[in-house]
Amino acid sequence: MELEELNRIAADERAAQEQYRHRLLVCQAAGCLSAGSDKVRDALEDDIKKAGKHRLCLVKGVGCMGLCGSGPLVLLEPDNVLYQGVAAADAPEIVEHLDKQPVRHLRCPTDTPFFRRQVKIVLENSGRIDPERIEDYIAAGGYRALLKVLTELMPIGVINELTRSGLRGRGGAGYPTGLKLSTVAKAPGSPKYVVCNGDEGDPGAFMDRSVMEGDPHRILEGMAIAAYAVGAAHGYIYVRAEYPLAVERLNKAIRQAQKLGCLGPQILGTTFSFNVEVRLGAGAFVCGEETALIASIEGQRGQPRPRPPYPAMKGLWGCPTLINNVETFANIPAILRNGSEWFASIGTARSKGTKVFALSGKVKNIGLIEVPMGITLEEIIFGIGGGIPDGGRFKAVQTGGPSGGCIPEEHLDTRVDYESLRELGSIMGSGGMIVMDDESSMVEVARYFMEFCMTESCGKCVPCRVGTVQLYDLLTRFSQRSATRLDLERLESLCEMVRATSLCGLGQSAPNPVLSTLRYFRQEYLERMTDYDPRRAEEEAADGHDV
Amino acid sequence: MTGQRGDTAPPTDDKRWRLVNATMRRYGYQPRALIETLNTVQESFGYLDETALRYVAACLRVPLSKTYGVATFYHFFSLKPQGRHSCVVCLGTACYIKGGANVLEALSEAFAVPPGHTTPDGALSLLTARCIGSCGLAPAGVIDNVVTPRLTAAAVIDQLRKAIHDGA
Repeated sequence: MELEELNRIAADERAAQEQYRHRLLVCQAAGCLSAGSDKVRDALEDDIKKAGKHRLCLVKGVGCMGLCGSGPLVLLEPDNVLYQGVAAADAPEIVEHLDKQPVRHLRCPTDTPFFRRQVKIVLENSGRIDPERIEDYIAAGGYRALLKVLTELMPIGVINELTRSGLRGRGGAGYPTGLKLSTVAKAPGSPKYVVCNGDEGDPGAFMDRSVMEGDPHRILEGMAIAAYAVGAAHGYIYVRAEYPLAVERLNKAIRQAQKLGCLGPQILGTTFSFNVEVRLGAGAFVCGEETALIASIEGQRGQPRPRPPYPAMKGLWGCPTLINNVETFANIPAILRNGSEWFASIGTARSKGTKVFALSGKVKNIGLIEVPMGITLEEIIFGIGGGIPDGGRFKAVQTGGPSGGCIPEEHLDTRVDYESLRELGSIMGSGGMIVMDDESSMVEVARYFMEFCMTESCGKCVPCRVGTVQLYDLLTRFSQRSATRLDLERLESLCEMVRATSLCGLGQSAPNPVLSTLRYFRQEYLERMTDYDPRRAEEEAADGHDV
Repeated sequence: MTGQRGDTAPPTDDKRWRLVNATMRRYGYQPRALIETLNTVQESFGYLDETALRYVAACLRVPLSKTYGVATFYHFFSLKPQGRHSCVVCLGTACYIKGGANVLEALSEAFAVPPGHTTPDGALSLLTARCIGSCGLAPAGVIDNVVTPRLTAAAVIDQLRKAIHDGA
């Protein structure tokens, strides 16, 4: 297949869609589906037929549109009218109003900061294209970057382009993607593998799920480009078994891509061959850690091992392996299509491009957002998020899941990038962002995350296996208001020990929620101690001592 | 050589073993197919019993101890049969902040079953999830395999009582 053929598929698809005067895009992502969007879609199709408008109006299932808390969502194109909270019973009214004024009581305004302040790269197709049809992806410009790479660039050219773009790993740690690719490309040994980490385990995070469900071909294209750059012929996408819809759509996408020659032997008529397989995770948070994930693909218990050697040198079955997060791969096609300068022009000096966040908790607009790096937390929560509902008062925002921390009000002006979040004692993480109001107790939040890490600890290394249990017990004492000054000292020293001596990221970062709440909400801990004397604390504070 | 591995006969003539065999065949009976195969067993039978573990271990030539190790390591695998009805309450951060734990507590009390267990009559399994990724609909849960948004204790108890009553 050549460029002309891709263009022909795209033109055919566009013509087929544009022959309809109206197009109703119904969100079929997990959030809206559980609110009943599949029934809405069926009802719309029925009513359009009944009204005899099936030659005028197309009903299309699409991926996540972002405003998950207001689903099911339906978008009317080309008028760009968004309907929210649609029920199957609303279908006749929507169909009747196709040529008239939009249905007022369902209309969701799209000129709000929620829509205007976002910049979409990874999610550019999400909510626009049918994730189950490769033709729709090609019509949106898909697989052009892969074709360009295979016909115009050498592998080193791809690596240089990604290095210049400044893209960093979106799994949370922010390792430069270009550097990782170049390490795998140079690593001796063959075969080489490409692995996509879709084991999204952070509670409160659904970014990767939305990309896998809403635009699966984008991930495949990104993986194929990366495979060409490092010289791999086989790839795996590791997805949680808890995401059956993502698994189904990825498998479908792989079959369609193979059929059209976008995956498989001699891709797009070149000599490059690459195949992708989906592997199921089985519910172990630690498998998000790269060495544990690799063990799991090999059919073993998902336990991490010490690094080095890094997977780039010795990964899957001892071979050099490129392992990246879903969002990282999803950025690659856009960078190769639009150029590294374009990508590097978005974001801050050291963090380029955009980041997808799953905004949830006590905030008005709940959903999936994509923002340029360098935006402030305040703009995200009070601009895009619309602030705190029900007259509540903002208390803290939690980023980075069980490995991250809680950021208080006085740091809301912080710009979102890898370094500044780390300075605040949190991390960028994979993108969960949970807003808490003054009803939430920070000690309870810390205890909640410690319970998570304690249960998810794989048990291989002692600091994490035993330390998290001890930390949890100490936090329980604070929760029950039976803690003492000695417990506070123990808590702090044990946090430090677990952080410094655990084997993998799970253990090393498990104390973060405790440390960050101790740093910003220390008073809440102190008030829960039996031997806490506010007057003495004040005197000591005046003397310059810590309590 | 791979032909020999496929020679182990299924423990019973239950047709569901064919699905399990198909998965193992797809991976050429390689030991690395262990997790995929256990996933198929769980999907087909609802849980992994000793017979299934022994059969899969023999077919893939993985020591039984290792098979057991893998089966118990991952939360998704269950070694006990599930109740006729199931209710999974999400305890992800967003659901936690919005009161998922309170819903769980109320359910546990109403049906006299601790989280993670099945009622003695086998009617209901009350389970928890780390995060089902429906944070926009918090607190969320999965009732009889249907994702249910914005749980309230009273509504869920009602729905489950009705389902158990109608089913039994």
